[in-house]
Order: sequence, then C-alpha cells, then structure tokens
Amino acid sequence: MASSAVKNESSLVKWVLRLLVVGYLFFLVAWPTSLVAKETFAHGTQGIREALADPDVVHALQLTGQVAVAAVLINLVFGVGMSLLLVRFNFPGKRALSALIDVPLSVSPVVVGLALVLVYNGRFGWFGPTLEAGGLQVIFAKPGMIMATCFVALPLVIREVVPVLEEMGDDQEQAARSLGANAWQTFRRITLPGIKWAIVYGVVLSLARSLGEFGAVKVVAGNIGGETQVATVLVQQKYQNFQQETAYSMSFMLAFAAVLCLIVVALLRPKEDKK
Amino acid sequence: MATTAPVAGAVGGRSARKRRSASSGSSLSAVSGLGLGVAMIWFSLLVLIPLAAVVVKASGGGWETFQDAVTNKQTLAALRLTVFTSIGVTALNMVMGTIIAWVLVRDRFPGKAILDLVIDIPFALPTIVAGLVLLSLYGPGSPVGVHASNTRLAVFLAIAFVTLPFVVRTVQPVLEEMETDVEDAAASLGASRFTTFRRVVLPTLVPAIFAGAALSFARGISEYGSLVLLSGNLPYRTEVTSVRMLSYLEGGDTASAAAVATILLVVALLAIVALDVIQRRVARRG
Repeated sequence: MASSAVKNESSLVKWVLRLLVVGYLFFLVAWPTSLVAKETFAHGTQGIREALADPDVVHALQLTGQVAVAAVLINLVFGVGMSLLLVRFNFPGKRALSALIDVPLSVSPVVVGLALVLVYNGRFGWFGPTLEAGGLQVIFAKPGMIMATCFVALPLVIREVVPVLEEMGDDQEQAARSLGANAWQTFRRITLPGIKWAIVYGVVLSLARSLGEFGAVKVVAGNIGGETQVATVLVQQKYQNFQQETAYSMSFMLAFAAVLCLIVVALLRPKEDKK
Repeated sequence: MATTAPVAGAVGGRSARKRRSASSGSSLSAVSGLGLGVAMIWFSLLVLIPLAAVVVKASGGGWETFQDAVTNKQTLAALRLTVFTSIGVTALNMVMGTIIAWVLVRDRFPGKAILDLVIDIPFALPTIVAGLVLLSLYGPGSPVGVHASNTRLAVFLAIAFVTLPFVVRTVQPVLEEMETDVEDAAASLGASRFTTFRRVVLPTLVPAIFAGAALSFARGISEYGSLVLLSGNLPYRTEVTSVRMLSYLEGGDTASAAAVATILLVVALLAIVALDVIQRRVARRG
C-alpha cells in the first residue's frame, strides 16, 4: 500500500472524495436507518412491548419465521445438490441451467407472485385445481408462501458454494474414492468440510432474504386477515392504519435481524480467508 | 468485505473458472442422475413453469390484449417513469459506486469498516423496511425538512437506496486485484492524477462498472416493496410498473397483468444478457 502514486495523491482530492462518500452514505443509508431505531425507542421499550402484545404481530412474526426456515432448508438441500451437480458432473444443458439458476435474482418480486398464482391458484391455474382436489391448497396458503420465498432466494446458496467447489478441485475426492470410500463418505469427510463456510454464508444470506421478502409473498398470500400475513406485509398494513409505532417496532425487529445476519457473515468471512 | 455475495458472484470470474472445471467433471452416475432429475423437477415447478405461464398468459389473449395493456396510457406512464428513473439511478450509481469503491479500497481512515457494513444494509434490509426507513428522513415530519413522499423524487430515492451496493460490490474486487505500480509508472512519467485515473484505472474498471450497472438497472425496474409506502402510487405521477401490474392482478385482469409482467421479464433478461456478454469479454481478456 506504500506506493508513491497513492502517497502523492493530493490530500485535497482525497478529503473531497472521502467526504462525498461518507456524506452520500450518511444521508442515503445510515441516517434514515438510525431514525427507525430512534422512532422505535422514542418511548423506551414501550413500543416494542406493545407490538409484541398484539396477537397479529406475534402471529405474523411466527409465520415469517416458519416460512423463512422452511424456504431456507429447501434452498439449502437444493443449493448444495445443484452446486455439486454443476461443478462435478457433465451433462447436456449444463451451461444453460447454470445461467437459468441466476434468473430469480432479476425477476421482479411481483412477477414471481403472479407467475406462481397463474400456475397454482385453485380456480384457473395450470396445476392448482388438480392439487386442490387432492387437498393441497398452494395459493393463499403456506405452501405458496414458502414457494415464493424459495424462488427469490434460490440462487444465494449456489452462488456461494459453486466458486468454492471449483477452487477446491476434486483431487482429494478422487483420492478418497480410490482408497475405497463410498460416495456418501467422500461427501461427508472431504467435500463437506471444504464447503462448510460457503454453506453457512449462503444460509445466512438466504435467511436474511427470506425474512424480508415482501412483494412475492404478498401477492401469493392474498389479503386474508391475520391468516397469511407475514411480518413485512403487516408492517405495511400497520403503517397505513396509522399504527406507526407498531410499524416502526416491527421494522426495527426485521432490520435488526437483517443487520445481525450481515454482521455474522462479516465476522465469519475473514476466518476462511486466513485459512 | 462483508457480504459481497449476491453481486460478486455475478462478476467474480465465475464464467472464467467454469471452463477449467468442465474438463474435470465426470459423467452422471445413477445416483447423481436421480439427483439431477429431482432437482430439475423442483426447479421447473418453482421457476420455469410459472415464468412460462406468465408469457403464455400474456400471449394467450392474442396480440390485441397485449397491445391494449401496453398502450394503456396509465401503463405507459408507469413504464416511462420506471425506465427513466432506473436509467437515472443507474447513471448515478456508476459514478457514486465507483467513487465509493475507490475510497473503500485505496483510502484509509478510522471507521472504514463501518462504511463497508453500511453498503450492505440495502441488500439485507427488507424492502418494505427500506421504504419506511427513507420515509422517516424524507417523509412528513422529516428532520431535514425535505418532503419527498408521494413525489417522483421519492421513487428516485427508493431505487437509489436499494441499488446502492451493486456497482460498489462489482468494482471493489477488481480494484483490490489491481496493482498500483502501473499507476506509479504513469505518475512518475508525469501524468496528472486525473490522467492516470482516466487512462490507466478507468479502462480496467469499465467492465465491472457496466456489470454492476446492468444488475442495478434490472433491480431498479423491478422494484416494488420500498416504493409502496414512499411513492404514494399516484397514477400518472408516481406509479411504477410493478405497482401497475399488481393493480391489474387485483382487479382480476390477469391477462393484462401478465402482459406487463412479460415486459418486465424481457427487460430484465436483456440486462442479464448484456451482463453475460460483458463478463465473457472480461474472461477472454483475462
């Protein structure tokens, strides 16, 4: 870092850029975010306590937790399996699949919702009526909300695991196989320890994304009172019903969870770099 | 470097590596073939078939329904607002994102680690909370006296907030990899600071800047959650495309909703294809 160009950089330019960046981030992100905390604790912990006494809020938080955990588990299994397939095996259409995996990241949440509604709703969906006849309601119910959450967070685990798998190579795995380990032993003893941290980041990022999904889940869940209302949707409703303190308290809890996820990732990541 | 994940993966030389690993892959065994089958069924049920359903629904009503939905004045106004705002925000991100990445990599001052964390907040924050967050500073009762809610400025602010990390996180790794000796050489040969940046640094960063811009644009046009509370969704003024699509859906006009959704899908796909082209060019050069 002791290069002369960097040293010689006129300190004026440096200060201007520094101030510009700090100012921009302060006004766009840091200040507004801190205001939510301020609004929440305007009357001490009363806001949070009142929010937690509201059965709607408790139900919404529980529902959000259930949906997020289910979606993260599904994405974890799918993500690790898909990463292994994409990196370790050859099959026709692999490149196309690898490109398609990233599509969910750029699809608008409301389009995700619409897409699922078109296929799975009980009245005119492609599969919906059949599924409903079989007793499985997808849209306006939990399965649909889990699917919507899975959709939006789908590539996150894969994006973390694939580069690590590629970096690792398969020399050790082949060595293990040639020494008589079966596929499961090889995976558990050799592959898994190598991608452990990548999986952890992937899971934390997916969890943050899943807890906060709004548009897709809102479309799929419909507006059935407290039944299918997740935390983010309830924030909107509470705010529009002029229960701003509750809205701010819930926002604070969601933001707190999100920032916690960020900090966990930030703390974990250097560990792997040192190794 | 906290969570570079969602973006860095898009640019971080994944396509360059892909080629190398392709040679070492083995063909499918019975177990892995079964795994691939199950994974593909799930992926189809979750992503491919629903997205296809949107396109089929949009074309199902014939060209006329599609045309009606798209040429509807209110929809056009929403599309125009969304696209132009996204372009504006993307341009701002290209400049500010590069500067932020530069400061994060080359500058040193106390509290830089916090700055690095702040960059990721827009990614992690639920979009509805992002809207509420901006509303608390730029809405009614704003401590700085700016009342941006229900205006087009609010739409701009919200999109700028949620797309902030994209360019930063794509440019940052490239800047970190870059050695400073070329800059030193240029400086020692008498190039000014600005000339060095323009001739030496910028050309290396351009692919990353555009890759981040493509992601930021795709995110911008599809934004929904952060705008719900902030923009007021006034028809012809602050209504964005995704809100328009949703109001079609809530009104029971699924064909028109699908038509608008198809446009959003196509624009997002174009941005992704542009990104892929840029990536491949970078991979070839490296």
